[in-house]
Amino acid sequence: MGTIAKKTGTLLLTLLLVSAMAFLAFQIIPGDPVTKILGTDYTPERAATLRHELGLEGDLSARYLRWLAGFITGDFGISYSYMKPVRQVMQGKLAVTAALSVLSWLLVLLFSIPLGIALARYHKGVFARAAATVNQVFMAVPPFFIGILFTYLFGLLLKWFVPGKFVPFSESFWGCLGYLFFPALAIAIPKAAKTARLLVSSIMGEMQKDYVRTAYSRGNSRWMVIRTHVLRNALLPVVTYLAMSLADIVAGSIIVEQVFVVPGIGRLLVASIASRDFPVALTIVVIIAALVVFMNYVADLVTQFIDPRVRLS
Amino acid sequence: MKKRLFALVLALAMTVALCACGGDKPSDQTADPTNTGSTGEKLTGGTLTVGIAADLDTSLDPHVSSSSAGTREVLFNIYEGLMKPDTEGNLIPAVAESCTVNETADVYTYTLREGVKFHNGADVTVGDVVYSLTRAAGLETGEPLVGEVKGIASVEATDDRTVVVTLKAPDAEFNAYMSVAIIPQDVDPNDSPVGTGPFRFVSHIAQDSVVLEKFDEYWGQGAYLDQVILKVIPDPQTLVMSLRSGAIDLACHLDATQIANMADMTVMEGSSNVIQALYLNHDFAPFADERVRQALCYAVDKQAVIDLAMDGHGTPVGTSMLSTLGRYAMPELADYYKPDVEKAKALLKEAGYENLSFTITVPSNYASHVGTAQVLVEQLKAAGVDAKIDLVDWNTWLTETYQGRNFEATVSGFDSHSLSATGCLARFQSESGKNFINFKNDDYDAAYAAAVSSLNADEQTALFKQCETILAETAANVYLQDMSTFAVMQSDVGGFVYYPALYIMDLATLYRIG
Amino acid sequence: MIDTHNRTFRAGAVITGIMLLIILVGLVWTPYDPNAMNGAAKLASPSLAHLLGTDNFGRDIFSRVVQGAGATFLIAAVSVAAGLVIGVVLGGLTGWYGGWVDELLMRLNDTLTAFPSILLALVLIALFGSGKYNIIFALGLLFVPTFARIVRMEVAKQKELDYVRSARLMGVGSMRILFVHILPNIVPVLLSTIAISFNNAVLAEASMSYLGVGVQPPDPSLGRMLNEAQSYLLSAPWYALSSGVAIVLLVLGFGLLSEGLGGETDA
Repeated sequence: MGTIAKKTGTLLLTLLLVSAMAFLAFQIIPGDPVTKILGTDYTPERAATLRHELGLEGDLSARYLRWLAGFITGDFGISYSYMKPVRQVMQGKLAVTAALSVLSWLLVLLFSIPLGIALARYHKGVFARAAATVNQVFMAVPPFFIGILFTYLFGLLLKWFVPGKFVPFSESFWGCLGYLFFPALAIAIPKAAKTARLLVSSIMGEMQKDYVRTAYSRGNSRWMVIRTHVLRNALLPVVTYLAMSLADIVAGSIIVEQVFVVPGIGRLLVASIASRDFPVALTIVVIIAALVVFMNYVADLVTQFIDPRVRLS
Repeated sequence: MKKRLFALVLALAMTVALCACGGDKPSDQTADPTNTGSTGEKLTGGTLTVGIAADLDTSLDPHVSSSSAGTREVLFNIYEGLMKPDTEGNLIPAVAESCTVNETADVYTYTLREGVKFHNGADVTVGDVVYSLTRAAGLETGEPLVGEVKGIASVEATDDRTVVVTLKAPDAEFNAYMSVAIIPQDVDPNDSPVGTGPFRFVSHIAQDSVVLEKFDEYWGQGAYLDQVILKVIPDPQTLVMSLRSGAIDLACHLDATQIANMADMTVMEGSSNVIQALYLNHDFAPFADERVRQALCYAVDKQAVIDLAMDGHGTPVGTSMLSTLGRYAMPELADYYKPDVEKAKALLKEAGYENLSFTITVPSNYASHVGTAQVLVEQLKAAGVDAKIDLVDWNTWLTETYQGRNFEATVSGFDSHSLSATGCLARFQSESGKNFINFKNDDYDAAYAAAVSSLNADEQTALFKQCETILAETAANVYLQDMSTFAVMQSDVGGFVYYPALYIMDLATLYRIG
Repeated sequence: MIDTHNRTFRAGAVITGIMLLIILVGLVWTPYDPNAMNGAAKLASPSLAHLLGTDNFGRDIFSRVVQGAGATFLIAAVSVAAGLVIGVVLGGLTGWYGGWVDELLMRLNDTLTAFPSILLALVLIALFGSGKYNIIFALGLLFVPTFARIVRMEVAKQKELDYVRSARLMGVGSMRILFVHILPNIVPVLLSTIAISFNNAVLAEASMSYLGVGVQPPDPSLGRMLNEAQSYLLSAPWYALSSGVAIVLLVLGFGLLSEGLGGETDA
C-alpha cells in the first residue's frame, strides 16, 4: 500500500510541474493580449477591466495559482479569440476526442493481440513472414496519410462515408460511431502494428528462457507452450505499452481530426495555436499532458498488480 | 430629388464580370450568373449547410466588425440599414420606406417603414434608428465606430416615423453608407445580435458553426429556407472535399483551381468584388522608395498570375477600383506597367536595392492568395528579388498585419464597403485608420477630399479617377486583379445571386430544388 | 534472433541507402526546377516526361518529391543532431557529477516526457512561430531530454566500472574520461535511439507542415505537399500518393535500421 501512496504522491507532483511548465511557456510569449484585443484606441479603464476579466493581474506566481485554482474547478479562463469562457468554446469537443481515442484504442487492442500471437506462433511460415513485412510497413505509415487514403478510397470512391460530414452524438449514436470509425482506424493501424511487433518480440524473448525449454521437454507443442506458459509473461510489457498508448492516441488524433474534419479538441488546439488564442491552447495542452501522466501512473500500477516480481523490487 | 438620389448610386455597365478568357477550359463548368441552376421547383423550407473559410469575428456587433469581409457577408443576412443594396447595384429602402434629400445634399430625411420588427419581436422605432446612427457615428463618444458615417453631424427624430440626418459637409453619395445596421437600443449586440434581416442569429460555436434561422416576421419577401448552418472550414482543401462529399451544400468564394471535378454540381462564376494585390507597407524602408515599388510592378506579370494561379479567370487591374463599379473603373491602368524584368532590375539598381528581399504575409485560409503568392515569388525571383512567404491564419492576419500594420508585403484582397467609389479609395488617405499600407500622398488626399465634397457627378468622377491614377503612378501596391470567384452548390440548391461591387452572401434568395 | 536482426538491418540499409542516394542526387540535379511553373502542363498524369505527373501549377511532382524528401530529411537530421549533442553533454555531465542539478534536470526531463512529441512541438511553434528554422529548433529541443536521459543512465552505470576507476587512479581528467573513455561505449545504445528520434522528427515535421504550421511555401516539404495534394485527390491521386509514400519509405528505412540494431520499435 505504501508504494501506491508514494506513486500517487509522485503523480500529483508531476501533474503540478507539468501544469506549471505549460503555464510558464504560454506566459513568456511577447505581446500584451489586452492591446491585441482592444486595438490601438482604448481607455485605461477599459484595459483595466479587461485585464481583470482575463485574469492578467498580479505577478507570475499569483497568476499561476489563480489559474490553477480555476483549472481544478473547471474554470479554464477566457478565450482571447471569442471573449467567451474557454469551457464554453470547448463544449462538446472533449467528448468527441475522447470517443475517437477510446474507439481507436479498442481497435488497437482488437487487432494487435491476435496478430502478435499468430505471428509468433507461425513465425517461420511464409505467410507469417509476409505478414511481418506488411506489419513493418504499417508501422511506418503516418496516421494522417492513412486518413487521406481512407478519404480517397472509402469516402470519395466507394462513398462508404461522407468526408467532412461529422454526425454528432445527439443526432445519432451509431451514425457518430460510424463516422469516427475511419479516423479511429487510421490512428489505430500504425499503433496496432507496433503493439503486435512488441508482442512478437516479447514472446520470442520469453521463448529463450529455461522454463520454456522444460515445457518443451515435457512434449508440449509450440502453441501449447505459448498459450499456457509464455503468453502471460509476454503480455506484461504489452499491457504497459497499451495503457501508455492511449495518451499517444489522443495526441495522434490532433492531426487526424484535421483530415476528417472531426470537431474535437485537436482541431481546436491547432486553430487556437494558429490564432494565438493561448488560454484555449493552454487548457488543451494541460489536459492532454495530464492524461499522459495519469496513464503512465495507471500503467505502472497495472504492471505491479499483475507482476509480483515488480512488486518485490 | 428622389430620382437623382437613386440614379447617382451606380451606373453598372457590367452587372457581373464574366470572364470568357481561356478557351481551352472544360466546358462542363460553364458559368452563367443569371441561370441559378434551377430545373425543378423552388421549395420553401429546409436546411442548408454553407461552408465558410473564416470563423466569424469575436464581436458580432455590426458597428464594429467592419474589418472582416467574411463576417460582414454573414451579418448582411441578420442586420439591415435604412437602405440596402439590391442585386442590380442600386440602393433600395429597407428599414426606411423612403428618403428625401435637400438641394445642398447635407440634410437627409428618412421615413420609416411601418411594421418592421426586430428579431426579438419589438417594433423598430425612431428611437432605435437615432440610437443606431448616433452609436455608429460616435456622436456621443467622439469616436465613430463605422468610418463611413463619420460625416454625420446630428441625427434627430422629428416625429414617430421621421428621422432627419444632418451632415457636416455635403455628400451626394451619403445613402451608400446608410446600409449601416439598425439595432435595438436596449440590446447589447455583443451579447446577442438582434437585427431586422431575413435571418435570425441562433448560435455560434467557435471554430465550428454558426446557425441562422428564418425570421418569420420579416417585413419583406422573406427567406425560403428555414435554417442555414454556416460551417467554418478554414482549410481550403477540406472545404473542397466537404463540398464534393456532400457534407456542405454551398461554398462561395472558391477560386478556379478549386472547381475541378465538380461536374455534378452547379458552378457559378462571378466577380468576387475584391481587388487582389501585393499590398506593400510603405513604412518598410525599401518600399518607401517609389522606384522599388515600380520595379516590383514591372517584375510581375499579372496575366501570368491569373493564368497560373486562377486558371485564367480574373480581370487584371492597375489600381484600387473594382471593375464592376463601371463609372469609376479605369481598365486602361491595368497595363500601366508592362512586364519588363530588365526595367525592374534597372530600377532596383538605381534605388540601391539590388538584392531586395522581403516577406509576403498571406492568410492561409484563402487558397487563391496562397497560390498567387507562390507565383509571385517565382516571378520576382527572375528580377533578382528574394521574396519569402509567411502563412498566417486569418485572425493573425487581421490583428497583426491589418490592424497592427506589422508586415512588409501581403497578398490579400479588399472589397468595397459601399456602392460608392469611396469604398475602394477611402483607405488610402494618409490619416485613414484603414490605411494599413501607410500610403502618404498629399495630392491623393487633396483629390480625394475634393471628390467627396463635390456635388457635380462628373467632376466627382474625374477627381476619383485622379486618385486612382495616383495609386497606379506611384505604384502604391502591386495591383493584380479583380478576382473571379466561383460559387459551387449541390445540384438541388438554387437561388444564389452575385451582387455587383459588394462582397455579399445573400442567404434569403437560396432555396432547395424539389 | 540474430539473423533476423541482420536481415532487418540490411533491408533498412538498402531502403535508406536508396532514399539517401536519390536525395543526394536531388541536391545537385532534379529533372526539372522543382519550383518552375508551367501553365501548359497543369495536373498532368504520370508520363515519361513527368514521372509522377505535375501539380496544379504545372510543377514536376517527382522533382518536388525529391526536393521535399531532401528538405524533410535535412530538418530531421539537423534537429536530431542538435538534440543529440546537447543531450549527450547534458546527460553526461549530470550523470557524472550527480547532485541536485542532476535531480532537478531529471525531474524536468520526466515532466517534458509527459508531453507527446507532436504536442510539445506544437506548443513550441506557438511560442516561436512557424517556418523551417523554428521547426528545427523546436524538434531539436524536443530530443534533448530523450538523449540526456539515456546518456545519464549509461554514464551513471559505467562510472562504477573498473576501467573508469583505473583511469581515475591514473589521474585522467574527468572530461577526458567522460567523453573519450565512456562515450564510445555508449554509442551502440545511442544508435538505435538516433534512428527512432529521426523517425519521430520526420513524422513531426510532416504532421506540422501538413497542419500548415510547419514549413512554409514555397519551401518544399513532404507534409506540405500532402496538404496541397488533398485538393486534387480525385483529379491527381498520384500527387498525394507519391508524397505520402516518400514519407513512409524514409520512416520505414530508419525503423528497420533501428530494429536491426536491437532497439525498440517506438520511442
